[in-house]
Amino acid sequence: MVVISDMLVQLGQMTLVLLLAPLLTGVVRKIKARLLRRKGPSVFQPYRDLLRLLRKEVVLAENASWLFRVTPYVTFAAIWVAAALVPTFATGLQFSWSADLIAIVALLGSARFFLALAGMDVGTSFGGIGSSREVMIAALAEPAMMLMVFCVALIAGSTQLSTVATFMASSQVGLRVSLGMAMIALIMVALAENARIPVDNPATHLELTMVHEAMILEYSGRHLAMIEFGAFLKLLLYISLIICVFFPWQITIVGAAPLSYVVSVGAYLFKLALAGFLLALFETATAKMRVFRVPEFLGAALMLGLLGTLLRFVSESF
Amino acid sequence: MPALIDLMQAGRRVERHYPWPRAIVDGEVWRSAASACANGGMSLLGLWGEPSRVHMAILDDRTSDIGVISLDCPDRRYPSVAAYHRPALRLERTIHDLFGLEAVGTPDSRRWLDHGRWQTRFPLGERLNASPDASPYPFLPAEGDGLHQVAVGPVHAGIIEPGHFRFTASGETVVRLEERLGYTHKGVEALMAASTIEQAARLAGRVCGDSTVAYALAFSQAVEAALQITAPRRALWLRALMAELERLANHLGDIGAICNDASFALMHAHCGVLRERVLRAAEAAFGHRLMRDVVVPGGLARDIASDGPATIRAALGEIRRHFPALVDLYDNTASLQDRTVGSGSLNPALARQFAAGGYVGRASGRNHDARRAPGYHPYDVLRFDIPVLNEGDVNARVWIRIREVEQSLSLVDQIIAGLEAGPISVPLQNGSAPSEGMAIVEGFRGDILAWLRLSGDRIERCHLRDPSWFQWPLLEAAIEGNIVADFPLCNKSFNCSYSGQDL
Repeated sequence: MVVISDMLVQLGQMTLVLLLAPLLTGVVRKIKARLLRRKGPSVFQPYRDLLRLLRKEVVLAENASWLFRVTPYVTFAAIWVAAALVPTFATGLQFSWSADLIAIVALLGSARFFLALAGMDVGTSFGGIGSSREVMIAALAEPAMMLMVFCVALIAGSTQLSTVATFMASSQVGLRVSLGMAMIALIMVALAENARIPVDNPATHLELTMVHEAMILEYSGRHLAMIEFGAFLKLLLYISLIICVFFPWQITIVGAAPLSYVVSVGAYLFKLALAGFLLALFETATAKMRVFRVPEFLGAALMLGLLGTLLRFVSESF
Repeated sequence: MPALIDLMQAGRRVERHYPWPRAIVDGEVWRSAASACANGGMSLLGLWGEPSRVHMAILDDRTSDIGVISLDCPDRRYPSVAAYHRPALRLERTIHDLFGLEAVGTPDSRRWLDHGRWQTRFPLGERLNASPDASPYPFLPAEGDGLHQVAVGPVHAGIIEPGHFRFTASGETVVRLEERLGYTHKGVEALMAASTIEQAARLAGRVCGDSTVAYALAFSQAVEAALQITAPRRALWLRALMAELERLANHLGDIGAICNDASFALMHAHCGVLRERVLRAAEAAFGHRLMRDVVVPGGLARDIASDGPATIRAALGEIRRHFPALVDLYDNTASLQDRTVGSGSLNPALARQFAAGGYVGRASGRNHDARRAPGYHPYDVLRFDIPVLNEGDVNARVWIRIREVEQSLSLVDQIIAGLEAGPISVPLQNGSAPSEGMAIVEGFRGDILAWLRLSGDRIERCHLRDPSWFQWPLLEAAIEGNIVADFPLCNKSFNCSYSGQDL
């Protein structure tokens, strides 16, 4: 019975994130446009974009290898599986027992590895620039992410997100300095990983300043659709991760009444919308930083993660 | 060091060249003029050709005298100016492409405007038939370990004009940037030859879309100088009004666009609104958003609408209310300042050597504004400051624009207050003998030079020199040592014209 309900929750959640991801990006874009006194496209525009791209033919460079063609599917699959591991509205996901927070980091890392390879595959200079910048950012973001994971795991006693969420939702945790540091570190990593301002600009047309966009400049048609969809999912994943670890209020714990699922889905949607609004606000109020400032930015995230972990070692009460 | 007047006196003075003198000199004087430009003390204002003659316009920095020296070259060769004075290099390559005149001793004999795709070589000279030449353009080499090239353009991802940029980078650091322009060559000078003054005026207003008033003004002033007529006072004041509105709109647009290239879209959105206010006021007052084809030789094609001054005042009042808040926003956003301060620094010595006009020169300590020197009416009776900074970085170029917006706001007020009723144009009396005229006008980018020779009511030869000729090469210098990702920001802070310099 538990297995069946876990399967259902897992399936429901995998579908939910898939359906919600483009909407989240659409909402963020809409809010940004309104903040700039523009009308902006409909919040459903990302769905239309995906459909349009899926219907278009793929234009491939003559020297594109098999790697270039499989990468969109590999990255999309890896990100989707990673997203399936993050409890959104309910804990007790079926997959939780086989993969934890570290597995999420690994999955996203492999997705990026393939994308960086594909960026260099065709041999254009922009692809090379994009890949080198992306790997530079990743090399700094991943350690910061791992330290954040350690910090949370030390407090919650597990790296499994279902367990972490259950623990965080309980009354055992009060305000903790180390948790606050871990949260700020995770938000900084999330901005970098999702190619948002101030690290990258998702809306730029300037080839020379791009990071993520430069890498995928050669993609078109359904390949581009899969990569874009992957990027939408990744944004949702990170926001869900922040919500589930630091704000898991109203999340349904295994074995609760069916009605509580409705409440927790509502709460989740509300938290997503709030996060989207804050993201848009932050992006509007700040300029993009120089490429070589990114290490300092992510270095701060790393230090925060490290401090959080150390504080936790020094004293139980932090 | 020779003064300009000595150089002019060493040659034979040409009759009927207004308002500044022109002298035909020999090769020796030509060379000493080139080396005088290189040694400082004189600025090269322009270099242009005719089928068997080259002209050089020079500004004497000490006396502010302006003069043109010409060299006849019946054997289609002349001593290279660029061999002494590098700013002349691209102009010389253009003269070669258009007229087939060879600069002897030039350090760079590659083509510039002619990309090997024309059916004709030397279209303004002896017109040789040519088959398209597909050989690749040899870019200047940069050698060293770990250098790689990044080719950008001519087709860009945004809606901007075409130009090719070849970066040689060491990792992210730019070691060398080389520009290749000429993709928007339209043959304006060839079209102008033998056209009537009215046709040529329309062409002049279409050389560069965002400076259409400034170009029409330069051309009209040159025609009026050649014909020795003066436009009526009201026309002169309304011309200045339009020129300031154009400057306002472009500077407001630029300030926003520079911030947008640092991914700070908020400034872009708000500056866009203010720019739109100016353009709508211009449309209400003069019937065209960019005020194209209003300035014509002899005066104006049409008067300002009766409610025009009130509309413009209202629009400017709104800008006065909102602009200070935007300046504060620019100045107080640390993340934005971090991008603009210190990037793309242009050495004041280079700005002086290239006689860079506009915000590029004034942000690097070159105190020059064609409204003041040589100056033209009504700016001689209006009060305005010329902002000058010495930092030479992107931030300085933004601040020059901000200060010029404030100056233009004040100028527009003074002009509207000083408008008097009266005629807006005088008829053009066609002189029988050919005569030559010249004008230097301050567009928003810098000084635009117009030179022409009239024969009856026809243009015999007209040359328009965009300020960008002397700013594009400086961009190559300013980006050196910066990172590749900062190029769009530096480029936008220069905002050189493609169309104006490709002609």
